[in-house]
Amino acid sequence: MTTAQSIIVILLAALATMLTRFIPFIFLPEGKKIPEFIDYLGKVLPAAVFGMLVIYCYKNIDVTSASSLAPEIIASCATVVLQLWWKQMLVSIAGGTIIYMVLVNLIFV
Amino acid sequence: MSSGTNNDNNLYNHGEASAALKAAFPHSIPVMGAYFFLSLTYGLMMKSNGYSFIYPMFMAMVIYGGSVEFIVADMLLGSFDPLAAFLVAFMVNARHLFYGLAMLSKYRGVGKKKFYLIFAMSDETFAVNSSAVIPRGVDHGWFYFWVSLLDQLSWVLGAMCGGLFGSLIQFDVKGIGFAMTAMFLSIFADNFSKEKNHASSFAGLAASLACLLIFGPDDFLIPSMISILVILTLAKPKLDVFWNAQEDEK
Repeated sequence: MTTAQSIIVILLAALATMLTRFIPFIFLPEGKKIPEFIDYLGKVLPAAVFGMLVIYCYKNIDVTSASSLAPEIIASCATVVLQLWWKQMLVSIAGGTIIYMVLVNLIFV
Repeated sequence: MSSGTNNDNNLYNHGEASAALKAAFPHSIPVMGAYFFLSLTYGLMMKSNGYSFIYPMFMAMVIYGGSVEFIVADMLLGSFDPLAAFLVAFMVNARHLFYGLAMLSKYRGVGKKKFYLIFAMSDETFAVNSSAVIPRGVDHGWFYFWVSLLDQLSWVLGAMCGGLFGSLIQFDVKGIGFAMTAMFLSIFADNFSKEKNHASSFAGLAASLACLLIFGPDDFLIPSMISILVILTLAKPKLDVFWNAQEDEK
């Protein structure tokens, strides 16, 4: 990607993000009823999108190589366990990443 | 509203602004700490991907959404696909549509600051501003403004430091990219442990995995988003029953 292309991608992502933040204030002045379908999506969509983002993270994984698969699996399990126990996102992110870095740099080299 | 409706005059009222800063600062501390370290990781990751600190810093300023910034950082390494970047950013941040709905009335009558308040409404800033009990006599607009600004400043500062210090660090930062996986896994696990019905979580995982296998790693996001929307639309009658039952419990 050229620098210009990178900047276009960044600005489009920024535009999309801003749309999600500004649309309610532009189209739904206070007092106007929220359409029922929109309300429904608001409840159910986030969970599905989080699932999609998890899959996204593993999209380039090489399932045929045990030495690249093992650190992903171990560090992923550690992250989830940390999150469920500590319930501190920063702890799980830092813990999982450190474990992964130790594994790929020192053990599964 | 302690100070009338025309709060634009208060842009020049330093007493009111500094009183609100004093009230807002303690509310912002936890988010500031978390933001600084998470965006530090993100800055380090961008650096290890070969980008100058200007990139993570610029993205922290204009996008200001952690999940999207991590994904865009990854997309920048791939082929040029502006449509996918736009749609993914929109879907990933679609939840902000609902934060906006919740803040419509709270962000009323705050004058020119409103534009920045909406621009900078990240997940955590929304959480703090929507739940904070603002002390009597403190201007609401300024309080919201300081929480928003302090949060974003920490995020930008972290991204900048990560990008700058990435080049000073002597040890191998190979594997720092796992921070993105760890972040999304934590978000997913956290949400999963809180929700009472996992249908949507499973639908998201299954539809995306199927699309990944069918369309391959470079083209699966848009089909995944479409199939998630189709599945959730088709499942609405069933899921509605559940959600309504849950609302009745409250």
